[in-house]
Amino acid sequence: MSAKAEIEIIEAYCKGCSICVEFCPTKVLEMDAFVVKVANADACIACNQCELRCPDFAIKVHKL
Amino acid sequence: MAYDYEKSIRPGKLPHIWCPGCGHGIVMKGLIRAMDACGLEKKNTAIVSGIGCASRMPGYLDFNTLHTAHGRAAAFATGIKMAKPEMTVICCGGDGDGAAIGGNHFIHACRRNIDMTYVLMNNYIYGMTGGQFSSSTPTGHLASTTPYGNPDPCFDLAKLAIGAGATFVARTTAFHANQIDKLIAEGIKHKGMAIIEVLDDCPTTYGRRNKFRSVVDMMKRLKEIAVPVTAAAKMTPEQLEGKTLTGVLHKEDRPEYCENYAKIIARVQGA
Repeated sequence: MSAKAEIEIIEAYCKGCSICVEFCPTKVLEMDAFVVKVANADACIACNQCELRCPDFAIKVHKL
Repeated sequence: MAYDYEKSIRPGKLPHIWCPGCGHGIVMKGLIRAMDACGLEKKNTAIVSGIGCASRMPGYLDFNTLHTAHGRAAAFATGIKMAKPEMTVICCGGDGDGAAIGGNHFIHACRRNIDMTYVLMNNYIYGMTGGQFSSSTPTGHLASTTPYGNPDPCFDLAKLAIGAGATFVARTTAFHANQIDKLIAEGIKHKGMAIIEVLDDCPTTYGRRNKFRSVVDMMKRLKEIAVPVTAAAKMTPEQLEGKTLTGVLHKEDRPEYCENYAKIIARVQGA
């Protein structure tokens, strides 16, 4: 499966709440030392849920 | 391209001050999308708040903004709307600010049906001042000033707004992020007082005292308690126990305050 979007993480804004990790339907994201990182980029279905629910403006979903 | 939120935020203001997992950031994104959807121009939009965590919001937004006295957002916003009726006026604030300390201004703005939109972020607590219980802390829940459980019944803020006379009342939660902007946009387009209550999470002063082990637990609770009004119509009272209705709860057409006032001026000057 190929990624439907490229996820950009602005690490300086991420406060590590992990809302995006929990509610990603395809488990694209994971926590790494209190900052989110893209762990499984190919699984992204571009649903945009992580960007919508990120309270810290730290995630941008660029649809491909 | 990803959604451009930065164009509506004052340069250099991010990252914001809110705690990790605080839903206010999700609501601010929803408000920005709603204002974009309504095509609001910065010079014709005023965003007003009182004091509190949620009331920090205008500090980040690059519009005409006013950060006023505690609980007085609706009063200052009424002044702006009366002086410049062509402006779109949006209030934002929390439950402690809007419905407890500013409860009087809130109900009277609803009663007047003045054309503004109030985004009321209900996180069940006074967050900024140290987690004191507010008028919307549920009975039995813990706060810094109710260490053995809150003895008071709490307000249903949407019902309070409907009872006071607001002509558009809607409710959603911080979990339902893609509903926030749609309801706020509907409120902005509505002619009259629009109240959008957003159930929010405060992990720092409310969550950790009330057995929510993480931000995610609080988000899951918001997901579980929300029932859309359309679905609730088919549910029994037992099924609705402990649930909160979301969606557009009330909508009516009633004469708007500024228009009524303009008519009086015209009548008296013409006489």
